[in-house]
Amino acid sequence: MTQAAPAERAGGVAGAPLIEARGLTRHFKVGGAIARKTLHAVDDVNFTIGDREIVALVGESGSGKSTVARLLARVYTPTAGEIYYQGKPLSGFRSRRDLLAYRSDVPMVFQDPFASLNPAYRVSHGILRGLALHRPDIPRKERRAEAERIVARLGLDAAGDVLDRFPYELSGGQRQRIGFAQALAYRPKLIVADEPVSMLDVSVRIGLLNLMAKLRDEQGVSLLYITHDIASARYVADRVMVMYAGHIVETGPVEDVLQAPKHPYTQLLVDAVPDPRAPLSVGPSSDRGEPPRVVDPTPGCRFRWRCPLAVETCSRITPELVELAPRHDAACHVAVAAAGRGNVAVRGDVAVRGA
Amino acid sequence: MASALVPDAPVLEVRGLTVEYETAAGPVRAVDDFDLDVLPGEFVGVVGESGCGKSTMLFGIAQLLSPPARISAGSVSFRGRDLVTMTAKELSATRWRDLSVVMQSAMNALNPVTQLGKQFEDTMRAHGERSGEVIQQRSVEVLQLVGIDPVHLKSYPHQLSGGMRQRAMIAMALLFTPDLVIMDEPTSALDVVAQRSLMVQIKELQQRLGFAVVFVTHDMSLVSHFSDRLVVMYAAQAVEIGPTRAVFDNPGHPYTRGLLDAFPSIRGPRVPLTGIPGSPPNLLNPPVGCRFAPRCPHRFELCDAPPPLYEAPGSLAACHLHAPAVAEVSR
Repeated sequence: MTQAAPAERAGGVAGAPLIEARGLTRHFKVGGAIARKTLHAVDDVNFTIGDREIVALVGESGSGKSTVARLLARVYTPTAGEIYYQGKPLSGFRSRRDLLAYRSDVPMVFQDPFASLNPAYRVSHGILRGLALHRPDIPRKERRAEAERIVARLGLDAAGDVLDRFPYELSGGQRQRIGFAQALAYRPKLIVADEPVSMLDVSVRIGLLNLMAKLRDEQGVSLLYITHDIASARYVADRVMVMYAGHIVETGPVEDVLQAPKHPYTQLLVDAVPDPRAPLSVGPSSDRGEPPRVVDPTPGCRFRWRCPLAVETCSRITPELVELAPRHDAACHVAVAAAGRGNVAVRGDVAVRGA
Repeated sequence: MASALVPDAPVLEVRGLTVEYETAAGPVRAVDDFDLDVLPGEFVGVVGESGCGKSTMLFGIAQLLSPPARISAGSVSFRGRDLVTMTAKELSATRWRDLSVVMQSAMNALNPVTQLGKQFEDTMRAHGERSGEVIQQRSVEVLQLVGIDPVHLKSYPHQLSGGMRQRAMIAMALLFTPDLVIMDEPTSALDVVAQRSLMVQIKELQQRLGFAVVFVTHDMSLVSHFSDRLVVMYAAQAVEIGPTRAVFDNPGHPYTRGLLDAFPSIRGPRVPLTGIPGSPPNLLNPPVGCRFAPRCPHRFELCDAPPPLYEAPGSLAACHLHAPAVAEVSR
């Protein structure tokens, strides 16, 4: 299948990354008229997603990872900052034609396959609707055949039969494959998958992760894989971004980040993953996994209350991502100082603590 | 190896427990002839996928089933008395005092419009404690046990984090020093860090206070470091029982092996995994022989007959590969 280069459809800028977020910020107002507060769901986040790349976005609930997904899918508009799609700012997509083109290039797959398919329609409905809306090149009569091709590509047997079933007749794994089929019907460039396997049983999860890798390898689709399951991120992703309290605290090639985490939060996450193959190594941890404070946060590192390494600087200056190894960045004053980088005052502070 | 050989009297003896759901299409057997012994102070993990009957089995033990589910056969002997035949009054005297339950979602298990302390008080009064002073004192004690500041007795559930709510549920289960605490996926709504912290805490409390735990989860890796014994359920039946380490190191049932191989690892080489092809059978009309046979890579002619629990190296496994004659040949 030849990919109709969506760059042409949307008129992209040559050489620009598929997706680039610059200073991406999303705040929510919470509380009543008297106690009005601001929840900083995503704060000044920068990242890129390239072609044919699976990027995992990991973090705990409340870290802002789903908000990033919704910003990418334009469910939310950013409070500040901008997302560039193939070099073009999303805020510039105003016409229905542009928005439709973007949505067909960047579809979403949702967490709950039991809630994301309309129970009143056969599963073919969503796929055919997508084809009608986003693939005008396919004549009405051929949509059904195309839907069958897509479903077969996703490893569902007896494709013709599956399409005529209702969602309740399918297992969770099959439903989630239909979710991917809907996204794939648009011939996307990037699929934003928000916890696509967390509701599925262990024995079928791997099948979907393998499917994601297959989509990348065979269809050239990029994926933003949002998950709290780091082991699955390691299994399928090329790069990983770790989010904490609305900030990206560490990013890099998945093996580098998980085998040699630079940020103390990433270390905590990696240590907390139960690994049946390893002997119990960690003693009772004092960290309770309490959620971070993101309502009206003060400057400084948001992990400092839980951080075993926190120094005075951490409560004054918000750390920024610094490249500590090739393509491997962390936002931590202590890690930066340990690498002999960053600003001298901060390094002095860290040294004092170490002395 | 088999727990029947251990001299201590089990605190819980489940024999042939069978639970059926009445449906329009006929009875569905969600738990089929389930046996389990739990020794005093033992931590038993029960793992299985959704729909395998693990939660129904727990509810069957705690006598919390409501129609259309009913226990159609079997006994649940708790400290020598059969819970199945007890009257509601007898049950309420035992329940919570000697046997308590921690539900899956603390979000739904706690009353959202009532302060924590009031819920603790209601629980203790419902089970016969009359002294307000004792209730207050015990509520403070159990909250401290799970590491929550007693000021939160005045808090409403929404004022607590998910981890704290789940710990409050555990505190509530410990109000009357029970002999057995039944836990239904208490950590499934939590993040990895909170999950690990809670597991470590449950284990500490259990060792300190000496209660036995039956812990149901879909996440095999979660109990790997915490349970003494492991029961693997598939399609309403126990397919493997054995010491946790032995089951992990040398799974006797192909389903257990498949489950273990379906977990990507955080360390070691990144190897391609396959998961288990197919999906569990419809319990309305399960396969006559081994229920895992349609998905099993080792299927052979014997699999048309239902397998009993055979002695496998390290565990008991319901798989004909361990039938003495077959095992002999393969050796």
